[in-house]
Amino acid sequence: MRIVEFEAKSLLKKQGIRVPSSYRVTSPKEARTAATKMGGPVAIKAQIPMGRRLQAGGVGFAETPEETAIAASKLLGSKVLGFPVEQVLVEEKLKGKAEVFLGVTYDTDSRSAVLLGSRSGGTDVESASSAVTRTFSVRFSLPGLLAREVAEALGFTDQESESLARLAITLVKCFLAWDALLLELNPLVMDSRGKWTALDVHLELDDDAAYRQKELQTQFPVSIKFSEARSDFEREAARIDSLDHRGVAGRLVPFEGNLGLLIGGGGASLTTMDAILNVGLKPANYCEIGGNPSVRKIQELTKLILSQPQVDGLAVIMNVVSNTRVDLVARGVIKGVLELGFDPCQIIVAFRVPGSWEQEGQAILSHYGIKFWGRETSIDEVVDRIRWQS
Amino acid sequence: MGAGNEHRRGGRSNQMAILAGRTTRVLVQGITGREAATFTVESIRYGTNIVAGVTPGKGGTKIYDVPVFDTVSKALREQPCDTTVISVPPQAVRDAAWEALDAGIRLLVIVTERIPRCDVVAILEYAKERVARVIGPNSLGVISPHQCRIGMCGGSVEAIRKAYSPGSVGIISRSGGMMTEIASLLTQAGIGQTSCVSTGGDPIIGSTFADLLPLYEADAETKALVLFCEPGGTMEEKLAEHLAKNPSRLGLVAFIAGRFTDRMQGVRFGHAGAIVEGTRGSPWGKVAALRKVGILIAEKLSRIPGLVRVTLNERRP
Repeated sequence: MRIVEFEAKSLLKKQGIRVPSSYRVTSPKEARTAATKMGGPVAIKAQIPMGRRLQAGGVGFAETPEETAIAASKLLGSKVLGFPVEQVLVEEKLKGKAEVFLGVTYDTDSRSAVLLGSRSGGTDVESASSAVTRTFSVRFSLPGLLAREVAEALGFTDQESESLARLAITLVKCFLAWDALLLELNPLVMDSRGKWTALDVHLELDDDAAYRQKELQTQFPVSIKFSEARSDFEREAARIDSLDHRGVAGRLVPFEGNLGLLIGGGGASLTTMDAILNVGLKPANYCEIGGNPSVRKIQELTKLILSQPQVDGLAVIMNVVSNTRVDLVARGVIKGVLELGFDPCQIIVAFRVPGSWEQEGQAILSHYGIKFWGRETSIDEVVDRIRWQS
Repeated sequence: MGAGNEHRRGGRSNQMAILAGRTTRVLVQGITGREAATFTVESIRYGTNIVAGVTPGKGGTKIYDVPVFDTVSKALREQPCDTTVISVPPQAVRDAAWEALDAGIRLLVIVTERIPRCDVVAILEYAKERVARVIGPNSLGVISPHQCRIGMCGGSVEAIRKAYSPGSVGIISRSGGMMTEIASLLTQAGIGQTSCVSTGGDPIIGSTFADLLPLYEADAETKALVLFCEPGGTMEEKLAEHLAKNPSRLGLVAFIAGRFTDRMQGVRFGHAGAIVEGTRGSPWGKVAALRKVGILIAEKLSRIPGLVRVTLNERRP
């Protein structure tokens, strides 16, 4: 889960990392008051769970309270990178004598945790040639020596180096303690007294570790709200998935086409989507089923996919299944189709699910006049044979 | 008749395999769980040498005649093992893996999914120190047809026999389900398999294409290798780098799924690792990298057996 800037900053502040003073506001009037109180140039920042806000027009700057109110009114109520802006952060604009990037994440190549530093802050730091990279053990956190090496490699000496190293150690401790996937301060500026302040924070937490971070989660209600706010279609799919514990029948991504897809699992869904798009068919959705979902889940999912007005066909395609039962998939699909009053033979344009209980599944389908494609016909060959035009 | 069948006739006396063979002694951690109990009995029926199981608190009992112990070290005292399958809840994997590594087990197959990233990295760090190999997490397992199945790939004995057959082609797949699909395609074309490995779909995994390739290189039985690739990460690019420096004696065929994701950056489809960020992880980049080092790219899934046959024929003496 991506944590919204103001919530991430409040977490960091509690750990002793300095952030600029700011006010979180929901109206231009409040923005003007905030700017008046701060009395200097400010940044006005949309509070959405995304990076690259500056390029996307999600950040404005103002010299006066009037300008602040105008900038805030432009952002509030608008959408930035697809997210509605309901609140903005009015933040004092700091200028430092030095600016760096400092980030912690996992590197899939070295398969280890890594600390990244760069003298040039900005959004393309990972590709900057001046970047300093040090892997560290998650079991030892960041050793002081390594932290000082990074600070020195970035060109700082004495007190400046020491304070940056201390900050890096704190950052890594937070990263590990919070089960973060990414914790990045960008930019991090040093004032004339050698103190470091984080102007922006990117924090992404590991959803798979949510079970052991219950207390932390109480500290970012806005981020949680963002992560739960999906389209009605996706929300409904998630509801269906939670009907019972059996199998996966969720993760629907809506597309614009007219061919509904009930496909799975992970690799087969990717393969099927490619095949569908290759022959010029227009998918109405992406989905992944697997892990032997119940008849009810398949039934509800079938109804959800078919109830979109633009959909006039359904393709059911999976790889050779070993855990999922073919007959349960067939039964669920037929039930869903019948419940909506469609003719199964008309609306089901392909059914290719070979594997366990396939004879039973085939029997159910043949009763409704639907052709069953087995393992002899591969996924792309079945898609090639979809002869259906709306 | 396919090259695989021909090969099969050539006698089985010195049949080899990678990672999982007839003599592999397997431990199952979390053996009394619903899923683990199911794959354990099916694996045994397939001929796998499962010698012990571990479930804390259930030591002294038996499941399908397999003795259950409270800890890995207790199990190993009575039943030496070289391999373990870890099928415990996500929050228990870190401890389970530590136990196995501490007890000296050299091959860990982790089937559990949704393990915190930090725990996965900690496990891989310790595995490296112990010179042990990790397959997974989120792996469906390893199978050497008609010899041994570690994990749950392929399902029941009947289903495994239908999809997998012994022969001379290896499969490494980022998707467990598609591994069985590809094996099934090959088997129907008369092409059998040596060993098939489901790497797991997570962003960080214990064994990548490049890690596993040398094992197949060293296996005299393996003549060709099929790779099922997905968007995300740099596993395919790293393999290409490796092959550029170390040409392979094997016929290599790759299928790259999820090419449509190039147009949909930052959205996750399929496995947790299947996400394109910028140019990193792009399926078209992978196609280009693999093609450059001479790997045959199957543009369609159904073309895999044909391409495999081409590489096998090229390698026929």
